[in-house]
Amino acid sequence: MQYSKKVLEHFTRPHNQGVIKNASGVGMVGNPVCGDLMKIYIKVKRDKQRGEVINKIGFETLGCASAIATSSMITDLAKDKTLEEAMKITRQDVADALEGLPPIKMHCSNLADEALHEAIKDYQNKHK
Amino acid sequence: MQNKKIYLDYAATTPVDKEVLKEMLPYFSEKFGNAMSIHSFGQEALQAVDTARGKIAGFFGCAPTEIVFTSGATESNNLTVKGVLKSYYSKAENRGKKPHIITSAFEHHCVLDSCKAAEKEGLAEVSYVKPGKDGIVKVSEIAKAIQPNTVLISIMYVNNEIGTVQPIGKIAKLVAKTNKNRTENEFKAVFHTDATQAVNYFDCDVEKLGVDLLSMSAHKIYGPKGIGMLYVRKGTAIRKIQDGGDQEYKMRAGTHNVTGIVGFGKAIEIMKKNASKDSKKIQSLRDYLIGKVLREIPNATLNGSKIMRSPNNANFSFRDIEGEGLLLSLDMEGIACSTGSACSSGALSPSHVLLSIGLKAEQAHGSLRMTLGKYTTKSEIDMVVKKLKIIAGRLRKISGSVLADYYSKK
Repeated sequence: MQYSKKVLEHFTRPHNQGVIKNASGVGMVGNPVCGDLMKIYIKVKRDKQRGEVINKIGFETLGCASAIATSSMITDLAKDKTLEEAMKITRQDVADALEGLPPIKMHCSNLADEALHEAIKDYQNKHK
Repeated sequence: MQNKKIYLDYAATTPVDKEVLKEMLPYFSEKFGNAMSIHSFGQEALQAVDTARGKIAGFFGCAPTEIVFTSGATESNNLTVKGVLKSYYSKAENRGKKPHIITSAFEHHCVLDSCKAAEKEGLAEVSYVKPGKDGIVKVSEIAKAIQPNTVLISIMYVNNEIGTVQPIGKIAKLVAKTNKNRTENEFKAVFHTDATQAVNYFDCDVEKLGVDLLSMSAHKIYGPKGIGMLYVRKGTAIRKIQDGGDQEYKMRAGTHNVTGIVGFGKAIEIMKKNASKDSKKIQSLRDYLIGKVLREIPNATLNGSKIMRSPNNANFSFRDIEGEGLLLSLDMEGIACSTGSACSSGALSPSHVLLSIGLKAEQAHGSLRMTLGKYTTKSEIDMVVKKLKIIAGRLRKISGSVLADYYSKK
């Protein structure tokens, strides 16, 4: 299986890795049977012009190299985005930003978009 | 020295011994004859095949005519399952009466998939006996599974992932007892063992083992790839599954892989000479590795029995770590190992071997197999554990408490 240079970069040096204490929203997806578990933490800040913005984001991931790389990449993609913008990020966007994923990895370990969206929904549910 | 790669995947394959290669080389272009030809070219090749066959038969304690060369253990195992069924159905009185096969749940895929194919085609019923938590199949479990219509029992000698040793001699006695109680006209149960991972380290004398069929591959014993054999005890109920020429006592059609056979013979010869010395050295390095890993890396466990185990095998599970990332990180450091994680093989579920001995999915995903060989050194083991410690720490930092969180929410 051939990973892109970008995937290996994010796997060996993931960005925004770690827990955010007092996070505004948390999303967890995956299960141990398939081997990948992801948790995304977001901190939301209100911006006068743009509305609700993700100003801090972090993750914890148990999984293969592409699970770690997609987690890392989604934190880059979602940081400083409004919640509305962040909700529009797809798994294809993540894969593209990583210069592609091996076909078999597109579904099983490309879950970061779901984890992000879960974290946003978690925040929204708390602030209804 | 720093950039030298470290190979700890000898159960996957081994490098061809230089002596073996030297022996093989003339048979590619100089002595290229077809061993079935009557002319001098052919006779030269046939003589080389016969010499190798003699060496191999000597090692297994059988007659040279009982060795059937194949392309490797996968073919030998396919021939076993399909060939025994073919023999069974060749008898008029057996038509319409479905036979029964016993194997273990943690055999190599080539045995399991051959059995599953037979089930799917309606040719046989199969019992998959589960091994114990220690990775050893109980003789009593096999005894329980035996039916009046059991025609084949196939149990591996040494498991390829966890290295656990199966009680082949005892199972053979059970099969012999079962067959004694069958009438002369009844089909006798055939006992097969896949000895691919055993040949380097364990007594494979077929008389002592009491097996009817035995498979193995030369590339696991520092011989070439693409050559192996099936030992077929004289009189065993098995038929060929490949049609064509009359090679291998009409059991396996196809031009002899003369270079492969020559290399196979030489590999056996070298192994026989050095086996006990190599085995001792490898076992002491392996024990050193296991001790060091369990001592220096937290939350690591050894999978499979520590005692009834091949001298070259270590298989660990690391909590909060997934095997593919571990393997990839080790590879970046020039260290080659193997894992039971699904993600490394493109399969959907993790190792059937580790699940069969009762591991949870995440423990199977978090497994690492390190298999040593005759070229492994102590400084390599030291380097591997040093790197493994750093990598495990890094991956655990990334996974944090996500697994514990998952279970606390369940």
